[in-house]
Amino acid sequence: MIPIFSFAAIVLLVAGLYVGFFVAPTDFQQGEAYRIIFIHVPAAWMSMFLYVVMAFWAGIGLAFNTRLSSMFATAIAPTGAMFTFIALWTGALWGKPMWGTWWVWDARLTSELILLFLYIGFMSLQAAIDDPRRADKAGAIIALVGVVNIPIIYFSVQWWNTLHQGASVSVTQAPAMATTMLMGMLIMVFASWMYSIAVILKRTRVIILERESHTAWVAELQRKETV
Amino acid sequence: MWIIKRDLLLAIRRQSDVLTTLFFFIIVVSLFPLSVGPEMNMLRVMAPGVVWVAALLASMLSLGRMFSNDYLDGTLEQMLLSPQSLSLLVLGKAIAHWLVTGMPLVLMAPVLGIQYDLPVDALLVLTVSLLLGTPVLSLIGAIGAALTLGLRGGGVLVSLLVLPLYIPVLIFGAGAVEANMSGVNFDAHLSLIGAFLLVSLVLAPWAAASSLKVSLE
Repeated sequence: MIPIFSFAAIVLLVAGLYVGFFVAPTDFQQGEAYRIIFIHVPAAWMSMFLYVVMAFWAGIGLAFNTRLSSMFATAIAPTGAMFTFIALWTGALWGKPMWGTWWVWDARLTSELILLFLYIGFMSLQAAIDDPRRADKAGAIIALVGVVNIPIIYFSVQWWNTLHQGASVSVTQAPAMATTMLMGMLIMVFASWMYSIAVILKRTRVIILERESHTAWVAELQRKETV
Repeated sequence: MWIIKRDLLLAIRRQSDVLTTLFFFIIVVSLFPLSVGPEMNMLRVMAPGVVWVAALLASMLSLGRMFSNDYLDGTLEQMLLSPQSLSLLVLGKAIAHWLVTGMPLVLMAPVLGIQYDLPVDALLVLTVSLLLGTPVLSLIGAIGAALTLGLRGGGVLVSLLVLPLYIPVLIFGAGAVEANMSGVNFDAHLSLIGAFLLVSLVLAPWAAASSLKVSLE
């Protein structure tokens, strides 16, 4: 499975970047700088989506005591955090020429930042616990608490912003996008999907091998690899 | 609720712990005028935010004590074995934590507000918002304290886990005072904090109880 998804990720990534940077027309309002959305939007979507998936699998692991789903949740976290970081970073790069500043305390930016904090909290909690089963369960609880809190945080940040700033900067400019732009973006979305699946499956495999390193079948596998 | 009484008794026997938290709060709030300058107009604008952030930090710092002493001397395991519902026990401990750390902060806040030259009705709103908000901090904090029980570097980890979850309370707590000062109706803010309090009263003890079970397995 992993080679298929990796291959698809690379092909789609190249295609998406090509469409995004060479085929799609220049935006008449934003010039060339808008092209960052081909990376920014998929990353932002993935960052939020992956958190929900992570919490889902962590919750399944907690409820049914299945080890694999907890491992899967653990494997998702770094990828989600990476996408969150990319979304913030490319957003800053886009904001500088567009809004004239790297950072605005806009509702979306702030909630994305908090999402990054939640990912980091999840990962550092798991890293601090030596016993993997306890790490799984503790991580699951904090992930689920995070899921309950995300809507609250999101809305509170949104209200906070509208209460205090008269003119908030709208990120959803949503102009009637040219088809090629939309195509490029969709291809990039699929590319990040494929990338996430490939990387997460790979990481899950590594986690399984690491945790089962005392078992006979891993030793068997190791012997075969070295020969 | 014998557990509240017991925790309060323990806290009274060790007054220095309570006072440390309170003085931490006072010092943090007093540091701000020293760092940004004694400009009264600016201080008045900053005051709600500063007091709230300081309250957040102060209540977070004392979270470690909520379970760790009982964990170290084995009392917590006995509590887990008792027929009483663990969620209720956690709720009792959270209430005791609030009475010991949150309550003094609420009482101290108006005095600190005067330092920042807040008008009287803003002082009142600040106190009410803290009164509603600090129990939420103790309740959410109980989850973090339970999860990090007995871990190395637990203190720093707790802040990483708990502070992002504190954000809504902070926003509306400080927001209520700011709304009052700018002449806007602040009822909505206080109602929302009240809603947070009710939701966390129901959910947080349960989540913290299951965290305790995980930590003590």
